[in-house]
Amino acid sequence: MSRPRFDTKKVNSELVTLTYGTLVAQMVKDFDNTDDVSKQLERIGYNMGIRLIEDFLSKTGTGRCLDLKDTADKIQSAFRLYLGVQPNVVNWSPAGDEFSFILDSNPLTELVELPDDLKQLKYCNIICGAIRGALEMVQLDVQSWIVQDQLKGDQNTEIRVKFIRRLEDAMPAGEE
Amino acid sequence: MADDILFDLLHSEIVNYTFGNNDKKEKKDEDLSTLEYIGFSTGYRIIERLTKEMPRFKDELDTMKFICTDFWSVIYKKQIDNLRTNHQGVYVLQDNMFRFLSRLSNGKQYLEVAPRYVAFTCGVIRGSLANLSIQCLVTAEVQSLPSCKFHIQVQRT
Repeated sequence: MSRPRFDTKKVNSELVTLTYGTLVAQMVKDFDNTDDVSKQLERIGYNMGIRLIEDFLSKTGTGRCLDLKDTADKIQSAFRLYLGVQPNVVNWSPAGDEFSFILDSNPLTELVELPDDLKQLKYCNIICGAIRGALEMVQLDVQSWIVQDQLKGDQNTEIRVKFIRRLEDAMPAGEE
Repeated sequence: MADDILFDLLHSEIVNYTFGNNDKKEKKDEDLSTLEYIGFSTGYRIIERLTKEMPRFKDELDTMKFICTDFWSVIYKKQIDNLRTNHQGVYVLQDNMFRFLSRLSNGKQYLEVAPRYVAFTCGVIRGSLANLSIQCLVTAEVQSLPSCKFHIQVQRT
């Protein structure tokens, strides 16, 4: 029996895309409000980011980020590692505390089309959540949101990240 | 091209999500149907993409063999260890190191929650077979982690 072997990488990517798609579809069914769905997606992303950072640090062995530019570069390499895409880092704010990732293709939105009544849905919010969760684990408090979305007819997908503050180690209660 | 770990994490978040809602309603009887349904839709779609350039399967057994070998190894990273059938529409697929259970403790400690981690896969199998025009019931049996048996009962009309 000679059957074509599958391209494992490609299948895995489609598996993630399709599974994510069904999850979103289920959530749309569960919640009346699209904003709630977007919020849930962000939360799921956050939970994944918290764990993903461990995997990222152990796989790449990178050290501390020196500044936000360095952080942006590392998130860029995380995109390459986990989603197989290479986003550009652009649109730095003058103060240097905000930047954007531009994705010309996004594996999560392949095979996806948004119906008209879900145009408000932030389908890729999971990525924003993952960035926030992962950075929180390395003591950076950031905000992340979607500026442009291919699913809504934009040319690219643009994810904006804004640095809020550095999180300080808090002493456990009762310690010196 | 997504990395393997994404699917693992996504799966555990799906489990988390479906049970986050259920916990409030009832604690005793866990409702696995949502989770199974998410698996079903996923399986239904993935099989269509996987088999689009493949020759037609000869018969039911041939389809099952495909599920156990190629399908399983591409999604669960290994083949099914044992396939048994009574040739009357009942198939038992045994995986001794099931992907979603392999990270849980080996003892009896988490046996109670194990169904949560196999329900999605039951759905995936059912969905895949449904799209290959085999209607069936799929249940899972976990006796000791991390091995798992999937019982497939084909519905004949």
